[in-house]
Amino acid sequence: MADAPQEIEALIDMMARLPGLGPRSARRAVLHLIARRGQLLAPLAQAMQAVAETARECLNCGNIATADICPICASEARANGELCVVEDVADLWAMERAGVFRGRYHVLGGTLSALDSIGPEELRIPRLLDRIEAENITEVILALNATVDGQTTAHYIADALEGRVRVSSLAQGVPVGGELDYLDDGTITAALRARKTL
Amino acid sequence: MSRLFLKALSLSHFRSHRATRLALDHRPVAIFGANGAGKTNILEAISLLSPGRGLRRAAAGEMARRPEEVGWKVTAALDSLGQHHEIETWAEPGQARQLRIDGKTAPQAELGRIARILWLTPAMDRLWTEGAEGRRRFLDRIALSLFPEHGDIALRYERAMRERNRLLRDGVRDGRWYEALEAQMASAGAALLAGRRAAIARLAAVQPRAEGPFPAATLSLETPEGEALPDSERALAAAIARSRPRDMAAGRSLIGPHRQDLVAVYAAKAVPARDCSTGEQKALLISLILANARAIAEDFGAPPILLLDEVAAHLDAQRRAALFAEILALGAQAWMTGTGEELFDELGEKAQRLEVREAQGQSLVEMRD
Ligand SMILES: Nc1ncnc2c1ncn2[C@@H]1O[C@H](COP(=O)(O)OP(=O)(O)OP(=O)(O)O)[C@@H](O)[C@H]1O
Ligand SMILES: [Mg+2]
Ligand SMILES: [Zn+2]
Repeated sequence: MADAPQEIEALIDMMARLPGLGPRSARRAVLHLIARRGQLLAPLAQAMQAVAETARECLNCGNIATADICPICASEARANGELCVVEDVADLWAMERAGVFRGRYHVLGGTLSALDSIGPEELRIPRLLDRIEAENITEVILALNATVDGQTTAHYIADALEGRVRVSSLAQGVPVGGELDYLDDGTITAALRARKTL
Repeated sequence: MSRLFLKALSLSHFRSHRATRLALDHRPVAIFGANGAGKTNILEAISLLSPGRGLRRAAAGEMARRPEEVGWKVTAALDSLGQHHEIETWAEPGQARQLRIDGKTAPQAELGRIARILWLTPAMDRLWTEGAEGRRRFLDRIALSLFPEHGDIALRYERAMRERNRLLRDGVRDGRWYEALEAQMASAGAALLAGRRAAIARLAAVQPRAEGPFPAATLSLETPEGEALPDSERALAAAIARSRPRDMAAGRSLIGPHRQDLVAVYAAKAVPARDCSTGEQKALLISLILANARAIAEDFGAPPILLLDEVAAHLDAQRRAALFAEILALGAQAWMTGTGEELFDELGEKAQRLEVREAQGQSLVEMRD
């Protein structure tokens, strides 16, 4: 049922794969873009092109960056000895939005799950262990979700770091199965302030 | 008013029902009609207003009306302790079941906050003679109906155990990974054991002392021979860890709450339920459901909605009258099915009646007065 020209249908198909968009909303979005192709569509295409060429994962922490090393890892001001471990970049951004954490991050890119074939290597855990000495880390803060997989991962990392560095975890104001990304800034701030040493 | 009941129920493209709409009051509901008319399907739809997969444990896709299979929806208006709530649950083809409470998307665990639903089905007649899994599930549902957090605890335990089983089967040797999972199993497992014990204690407290038509059952928990099941979190973690070599050989976790069995004894006769007559086994089940309902009435503030599928058919007239009397005394909206209208004569004006027929491939439901 292609009622638009082929190129436009192809664009709609791709848009429909975005999270939060379905076939109908993708169609509406594309119509909207075409109607404002001067102010919106062309600049959007350029912005996407630029991001497509430069976006990559920070080689150090896994954050999304436009250079090999992200601005947080590049900034000396963030080298305060604290390292916050999060599951994904959305969680990192949520922490940054709250604006209370002054240290650096380590993005695991998921949680341990044998059922999904995700082991310690897939999660940059060896890299995390290397960073402790390399960056003079004094405290690792685990900001992992309260899901079974999140807590298993937290337990695993805490165990691997035992005796090497202080390990703490965000206070459980975080609801069971709740994800950092969905918490408001105040809750994140409170959870960080009330973190407890493991 | 301390009541919990459905004021309205609608089934859309749900199994044999294409568009069934019912308006109800708080009284028990007697549903009658021929075999295959669509009576149990109504109870199943109501059972989806509690956490889990409902009384047939069916997948979301199975419940879509054939041949259309366009996706189904169940909507209910609930009076819960005088508060009005709207519950909608539905599934689109090929997708998981979704839930909205009062217009907002909600996790299933939220249902326990506003409703409690218990059921008894003919399939449960074999509960005492079949495998332990069914009895564990039966007890966990009782615990869930009393302590809504029990559902989440059970899911957490299950998830951690499945993860660990996968490591065992894949022959993974990372001790730290096992330990992390065993810690999750132990924390959820200890809570699971505590919930089961508390549920048994709660039922024991509300079972009638005197010998009535529904005999009291003494419940206890058992583990397979030679296996100890420590109940503190720490000891449980240690026991699971010690079992690792054996588990590795077996390819699955051999120690934990998932191995526990529920044992029931017909108290007055001191006979285990599995050795009781068919009628006695049924009476024990009814007695447990009624005890569960009484406990809910006390703790939640209103008796649960009861779904009693074909319960009338298997009872003699005297026991049937006793069951009706119990339900009326509880004040529960009990949904009961049977093939003949006369099974419910005893209830008279005290129940509302629904007749279900099958016509041109769909169930038609009519209110009878
Ligand atoms: N997904 C489905 N789509 C259409 N019809 C279905 C579906 N699933 C089950 N049915 C049909 O629903 C009919 C009614 O089933 P139900 O179990 O409600 O009958 P019942 O009235 O309880 O009968 P009985 O007295 O034998 O227990 C059955 O004929 C069955 O084939
Ligand atoms: Mg039936
Ligand atoms: Zn970085």
